[in-house]
Amino acid sequence: MSKTKDILLEPIASNNPIALQILGICSALAVTTSMKVAFVMCLALTIVSAFSNLFVSLIRHHIPNSIRIIVQMTIIASLVIMVDQVLKAVAYDISKQLSVFVGLIITNCIVMGRCEAFAMKNSPLPSFYDGIGNGLGYSVILMLLAFIRELFGAGKIWGIQVFPVSTEGGWYVANGMMLMPPSAFFLIGLFIWALRVWKTEQVEKPDFKITANSRKSEVA
Amino acid sequence: MEHYVSLLVRSIFIDNIALSMFLGMCTFIAVSKKINAAIGLGIAVIVVQTITVPVNYLLMNYLLADGALAWAGLPDVNLSFLVYLCFIGVIAALVQILEMVLDKYVPALYSALGVFLPLITVNCAILGGSLLMAERGYGFTESVVYGIGSGTSWALAIAVLAGIREKLKYSDIPEGLQGLGIVFITVGLISLGFMSFGGIDL
Repeated sequence: MSKTKDILLEPIASNNPIALQILGICSALAVTTSMKVAFVMCLALTIVSAFSNLFVSLIRHHIPNSIRIIVQMTIIASLVIMVDQVLKAVAYDISKQLSVFVGLIITNCIVMGRCEAFAMKNSPLPSFYDGIGNGLGYSVILMLLAFIRELFGAGKIWGIQVFPVSTEGGWYVANGMMLMPPSAFFLIGLFIWALRVWKTEQVEKPDFKITANSRKSEVA
Repeated sequence: MEHYVSLLVRSIFIDNIALSMFLGMCTFIAVSKKINAAIGLGIAVIVVQTITVPVNYLLMNYLLADGALAWAGLPDVNLSFLVYLCFIGVIAALVQILEMVLDKYVPALYSALGVFLPLITVNCAILGGSLLMAERGYGFTESVVYGIGSGTSWALAIAVLAGIREKLKYSDIPEGLQGLGIVFITVGLISLGFMSFGGIDL
């Protein structure tokens, strides 16, 4: 039981797919201007990731090694097509806002990376949990980003006005920068910083050390 | 003619596929440590993008879109739900073919690109370019221009980032921000810089 818990919870903080494994960043940046859209994206990705892991793991002994990438790709693409069709039927507006990014789950490295790294070597049930776990790790960062960007960029949480914006007679001057692409990069950068202050073992070693007495404070 | 020049400039600078559409970010961050590798990958992306976008345009308009099979006597068939599967198949196949052709006829370029060529299959800039072409309803010439433009924009962005990262090695960065953190902030600043192209309208 504890192993299942580890597989589920590890990707959230200590082995986060976005902050540490550098996987699946594209969509994390693009769909985080509003929480609702980000939530749908998280849901879609978690479903695809969990089920592709499950199916790849089920047939892992039958996949010839040389064509495994294509097999995985086909499984993932079929799942994405299903998710996309369901979204178009159930939540058409949101699927329009997500535009190409649902399709891009196919090339989302989290899904592919987990199939390759985990599902090919483990039995179906742990693989399924691993898919959910990594989906959750991705979701945590996405929702956090979307929360900050929507709150400061438009004064809203989940589409509901929290800060009355000045254009509509309120006191809050919306920070339009938060809805622009660069803010997403800054926020992820700062988020990684915060995470690594908390979990110091994730800090990367610098390529070069600055020699001891080159700092002014050390020369004097 | 003016229309196409405008589309080219727009896709390279204003709608930069890496910095404002966030496509191909994983490889963008992972392969930008060395400037030579970055330029090699950039060229490979330009080549693949220039070929795949028009090919996918043809595939979509003559096979997959609603009523596209009219020429075969099947005007009621709508295969557009197969778009994802077909696009990624075309991309994978084209990359494979390109790899074999380069290996046979231009071995120098082949060895220069090395491992990056197969990696391009899973680069979302390529699939994203094709999907955006489909979503925006470009014509054939437009899709050729867009392929060149979006490929170039990605190559430009990764070359710029690699150049900055090579200099960044020597700077004294706070612990915790080292590595990935500072790269994101740098990309943010580059993206901010590219936003200043936004006012250009040809």
